[in-house]
Amino acid sequence: MIEEIITSGRMNPEIDPVLHVWGWEIPLYLFLGGLSAGILIFSAYFTLRDRQDELPIAVKWMPLAVPFLIGIGLISLLLDLSHVLYAWQLFTNIRWESPMSWGAWTLMIITPLSIAWVAIWMEDIFPEWDWKFDAVKTVIKWLQEQRRILAQILILLSIILGMYTGILLSAFNARPFWNTSILGPLFLTSGLSASAALIAYFSKTEIEKRLFTRIDVMLISIELFMIVHLFMGHLAGTQVHIQAAQMFLGGAYTVPFWTFVVGLGLVLPVSLELLELKHKFIPAIVPVVLIIAGNLALRFIVVSAGQASRWLY
Amino acid sequence: MRYAMAVDTKKCVGCNDCVVACQTENDVPIGHCRDWIVEVTTGTYPDLQLEIRSERCNHCANAPCVRTCPTEASHYAAGGIVLVEESECIGCKACITSCPYDARFVHPEGYIDKCTFCAHRVEKGQNPACVSVCPTHAMIFGDLDDPNSDISKAMATRKWKSLIPEAGTDPKVFYLL
Ligand code: SF4
Ligand code: SF4
Repeated sequence: MIEEIITSGRMNPEIDPVLHVWGWEIPLYLFLGGLSAGILIFSAYFTLRDRQDELPIAVKWMPLAVPFLIGIGLISLLLDLSHVLYAWQLFTNIRWESPMSWGAWTLMIITPLSIAWVAIWMEDIFPEWDWKFDAVKTVIKWLQEQRRILAQILILLSIILGMYTGILLSAFNARPFWNTSILGPLFLTSGLSASAALIAYFSKTEIEKRLFTRIDVMLISIELFMIVHLFMGHLAGTQVHIQAAQMFLGGAYTVPFWTFVVGLGLVLPVSLELLELKHKFIPAIVPVVLIIAGNLALRFIVVSAGQASRWLY
Repeated sequence: MRYAMAVDTKKCVGCNDCVVACQTENDVPIGHCRDWIVEVTTGTYPDLQLEIRSERCNHCANAPCVRTCPTEASHYAAGGIVLVEESECIGCKACITSCPYDARFVHPEGYIDKCTFCAHRVEKGQNPACVSVCPTHAMIFGDLDDPNSDISKAMATRKWKSLIPEAGTDPKVFYLL
C-alpha cells in the first residue's frame, strides 16, 4: 500500500486541525426551527380537518410557543454571526443558491404569520381575552375568516422551514457527511416527532394523547429507517463518503450517536410509547424528555461530524 | 481574462517566503494565514517521494463559497478572482464550511478573509506578493485566456494537476508536476 503523509503549515484558528466554525448556536437554531415547523404543521393540518375542538392542545395551545421558539432560534443564529452589525445584509439580498438566504427569508415570513396564527386562537384559549382596540378586533376577525387559507400557507412554509434545517447542511458538498439528500426529510421528520411528543405530553384528553402517541411512533419508525438509509447511501458512495460514514461505524462518533440519538433518543422512547398504547403505565414525562434530548443530540452530532469530515488531498 | 496561478512543485523548496510576503503585504492578522506550505510524502520506505506545495484559495470558477453566501459578500471580481466584501459579510461562515480546501478564516474583526490573488496589485499590472518574492521562481501568475502568457505556456508544456478536482469547483491554482 502506498502511504501518504501530509504536513501542512496552515494554522488558522477554528479551521485547523479540524474545522469547527459552527459551535452550539447552529444546531440549537436548527432544532428550534424544526420544532416550530412541526408544531405549526400539526396545528394547521388539524385545523383544515376541522378537529380544533377535539385536539385543543395541538391546534390552539402549542402554537403559542412558536413565536418564542423562533425568537430564541434567531437570537442563537445572531450569536453565531461573527460580523453581527452587518446582519441586516441578509435581508437586502435574495440568493436562491444559498440555503442560509432562503432560510432567513422563510423565517421572515413565517414569524409574523405564526403570530397571526396565535392571535386567531387567543379568544378560544383565554375566554376572558380582550383585544382592547376595535381596529385590532377587526383584523383578528378577518384573520379568523381566512383561517383555512392561512393554514394552507403555514403548512407549505413550515414544510420548507423543517426541510431547510437539514438542507442547510446537505448543500455543503465540501463536507462529505452532510452531503446527502436524506438530511432534509430526516430533520423534518425529527422536528415533527419532537412536536408530536410534546403535544402528547401536554394533552388532557385520551383521544389527543393516543392520536399523537401513535403519530410519534410512526414518525420515529420513519426516522430510524432514514438513518439506516443515510449510512447505506454513504457506504455506497465515494471513498470520502465511506470514510465519513465510518466515523459512526467504529470511529469517534459511534458511541455518542448510537447511544444518545438512536438508543436513548429513538428506540427507547418509541418502545415506551408502544407500551403506553397498550395501556401500560409509563410516566408521560419520560418519553418526551428522551425524544427532545435525542433530537438535540442528533443536530449537535450531525453539525459536528460534518465539520470533521472532509475531502482528502 | 481568467487569472490563474501555477506552482512548480519541482522548484518549490518550502522556504515559506510566500507566506511571509503575504502576511506583510496584506496585513494578515497574527496567527492566521492566507497561504501556507504543504509537504506530502508518498510511497513506502525506502522508495519515497516528496512534493512541496504553496497553497491558497483556488479562486474556483465554480466556487461553492460564492454560491452559498447569503449576502453576495463573496463574489467574483474582474478576471474571476474570488473576493469577500467586508462591509457585506455577516460572518455566518457558510462560505467557510462550503470550501473543500479550508482556504478561508474568520478575521479577528469578524468578516471572512482569505487570499485575494493580491487583486490590489494585479490591478496595477503587478504580480501577487507571493509570486514576486519566490526565490526559486516556482510560481507563475497570469491570464489563462492569453495563449502567450507565461502561465498558458507553462501549462501547455508541463504536466499539471489541481487539488480535489472531483469536488467540481474548477480551481484556478495549478501544480506543475
Ligand atoms: S478555494 Fe475555497 S474559498 Fe477559494 S474560491 Fe474555491 S471554494 Fe472559494
Ligand atoms: S461569512 Fe460572509 S462571505 Fe461567508 S457566506 Fe457568510 S456573509 Fe458570505
